[in-house]
Amino acid sequence: MSAYIAKRLLAAIPVLFGLTIIVFLIMAMIPGDPATAILGSYATPENVEKLNRDLGLDKPLLQQYLIWIANLFQGDLGRSYTLNRPVLDEVLERFSATLILAGTALVLCSILGLIAGVISAVRQFSWVDKTITLVVLIGISIPSFWLGLLLILVFAVNLRWFPASGMYAIYGGGGPLDLLHHLFLPALTLAVVATGVIARLTRTAMLEVLRQDYIRTARAKGVTENRVIYRHAFKAALVTVIPVIGIQAGFVLGGAVYIETVFQWPGIGSMLVKAISTRDLLLVQGGVLVVASAYVLFNLAADVLQTVLDPRLR
Amino acid sequence: MKRLLAAAATVLSLAFASPTHAQTPPNVLVVGQIAEPKSLDPHAVTAVNDFRILMNVYDGLVRYKNGTLEVEPALAESWTISDDGTVYTFKLREGVSFHDGAPLNAEAVKFNFERMLKEDHPFHDTGPFPLAFFFSTVDTVTAIDDLTVEFKLKEPYAPFLSNLAYPTGLIVSPKAVEEHGADFGRNPSGTGAYKFAEWEANAKVVVTRNEDYWDGAPELEAVIYRPITDANTRIAEMLSGGLDIMVEVPPDSLQQFRSDEAFEVQEQAGPHVWFLILNAKEGPFATKEIRQAANYAVNKTTLVDNILQGTAEVAAGPTPPAFAWAYDEDLEPYPYDPDKARELLKEAGYDGEEITFYVTEGGSGMLDPIAMGTAIQADLEAVGMKVKIETYEWNTYLGLVNPGLEGKADMAEMAWMTNDPDTLPFLTLRTEAWPDKGGFNSGYYSNPKVDELLEAARRATDQDERAKLYREMQSIVQEDAPWVFVANWKQNAVIKASVEDFKLQPSFFLMLQNVAKPE
Repeated sequence: MSAYIAKRLLAAIPVLFGLTIIVFLIMAMIPGDPATAILGSYATPENVEKLNRDLGLDKPLLQQYLIWIANLFQGDLGRSYTLNRPVLDEVLERFSATLILAGTALVLCSILGLIAGVISAVRQFSWVDKTITLVVLIGISIPSFWLGLLLILVFAVNLRWFPASGMYAIYGGGGPLDLLHHLFLPALTLAVVATGVIARLTRTAMLEVLRQDYIRTARAKGVTENRVIYRHAFKAALVTVIPVIGIQAGFVLGGAVYIETVFQWPGIGSMLVKAISTRDLLLVQGGVLVVASAYVLFNLAADVLQTVLDPRLR
Repeated sequence: MKRLLAAAATVLSLAFASPTHAQTPPNVLVVGQIAEPKSLDPHAVTAVNDFRILMNVYDGLVRYKNGTLEVEPALAESWTISDDGTVYTFKLREGVSFHDGAPLNAEAVKFNFERMLKEDHPFHDTGPFPLAFFFSTVDTVTAIDDLTVEFKLKEPYAPFLSNLAYPTGLIVSPKAVEEHGADFGRNPSGTGAYKFAEWEANAKVVVTRNEDYWDGAPELEAVIYRPITDANTRIAEMLSGGLDIMVEVPPDSLQQFRSDEAFEVQEQAGPHVWFLILNAKEGPFATKEIRQAANYAVNKTTLVDNILQGTAEVAAGPTPPAFAWAYDEDLEPYPYDPDKARELLKEAGYDGEEITFYVTEGGSGMLDPIAMGTAIQADLEAVGMKVKIETYEWNTYLGLVNPGLEGKADMAEMAWMTNDPDTLPFLTLRTEAWPDKGGFNSGYYSNPKVDELLEAARRATDQDERAKLYREMQSIVQEDAPWVFVANWKQNAVIKASVEDFKLQPSFFLMLQNVAKPE
């Protein structure tokens, strides 16, 4: 198993390298440059040239990239020219905020999705099943940024139960309770679509398993219905559901971009959007590198977990 | 499963039970900013968003008088200007210290300008300083004695004082720069009414009352600036009580705040002009009558009232009325007169040639460029002009427009916000400012009389004399119509009713020195 993990990790390295080259080239190809973005109306050719020189952007592209790579090996991702601080500090801070949000959302959608799916399957065609199916369908169909705004309107503006934005209270805040309070609405919004997907899949997988012979055998042996459902059927259905949760982890990370913007969550998605529009190359590079590495790790984790759960794959 | 449910229920109840912090505490002002500041080093930044913090942490030698764009003494008590307009001597206020305890003296002022301007200065590498060219006419800065500092200019430059009042002219503590180097922008120290206290990245910047402020300590204990990039989220935060002041309110939401007694809406016209650059070198707009026809054809009142929903006023000429001292009050905007436009087009022999119109998707000061561009297209087509729109993202757009429209387009949207009546016409209307000479005259307008007036205004040291020259320039430019003059933007802000003595400034800076919020 560890040899497999090591091989997968090694295979990821050229992928990440290729990615940094592509990002570097794309950023170089799109029109506009950081100096023009910074100077705005005052971007005379003379001013732009001087600022590019001060920013070290007058060097050939290959040289810029090699400098970046050389620094990368020393753990230095450069300095952001729009934020005037080390890229590494910003990216790590932002990414941990995204992980908190996406992680919570993932836990939330897994729990809710699995519960809803199992109940739906066990009570197939009952009104509970129909209600769950309807709610799930609505959940999958709602655009999440719109849902986020709606939740802010109801729970933050009108009821004032939850804050409208941010990660901690601006005044006298801090601590896990404050974080949880700020986390609730964005994490819920982010979890809705994935919950729907997981619920529907769990339902199908459970129905499939419940029709199997060994379930009939278990029932015939006199095993209690609860034990049949949770010990026999649910565990078998999980094997199908886990990889989907792994894929959903990717979607949740991606979806975090909108949700972070709507809830002003200081995560890496909103950072990347801004960094691209201000042509902050180093910040884009650093951000993409971290996000891509996370994707690789998540996929690997999902694969490993599936192997652990399903003896046939070993 | 039951345990899972119980855990989920606990988490939920904890989240609900946590106290809401929606209300802001008394004597602390929470300001909704549109973005995270780049740096709190005033010489390193260019965005108004950053200036809104900086103007309260630092002072300049001079500042804008409350409610105007005229300069008055600040860190300098008084000054003299040599007759030829090239030597400015400032007498500094006595007994002023930076927040870090270092004294404000002539050497400190010299350090500030040399750091920006001299490439061999030991702290020049703490930049870059993108707007340092505001002071490019400065030749030498000399500390005559402890409290007297002299600026020698390479040539007379009348906007010098006004540039000193701009954030790029704010005075930073040399001691703090020496201590923090390139990280000074995150450890700022000035002489202003508020001291820097804390910067939590992507969450808040906190500044606290400077008890020793030379102009009287402010009433507020602290100001907290929160970056909230999404306009809808900013509005939600304001409505839910998490902000005391928010700026740049989208027009759609103003009415909602106006009709709510808990809020007050303020508006203030600023030194902003939104216009269409016309290509006077080639194509139809090379003819003056056709340029005038475009001015008559565009219904500016509808644009500002409907598309911009009253957040701007109709512009009459190249100089915004916010520069009250230099503005020609007698200038009337081109009226909306499609018949007159048709007549002019016919006289000039316009043959229906297609007009390429550059429109941007957004950008600083551009308001609602796509909607405005479409409306302008419709107005021009209504008088028989054929207009083809090409839309570009802002950075791409600047890369196309700034080098000049020749061979590419006949007309382009543009907006400027400046701090002196000199800047815009000097950079965009002179013959010497054509793009190939490093200026922004992308439409190649040229009138020797205008060139002469602008040069003279720059050399004049007397404000009344300058004002006369600018007024004459405005009426000539209006008649020549190198642009379609469209709108002057009004800045707006929503404040909580409990906030006292807040006033928006024509400079668009947020001045919080005298604001109070007792409850």
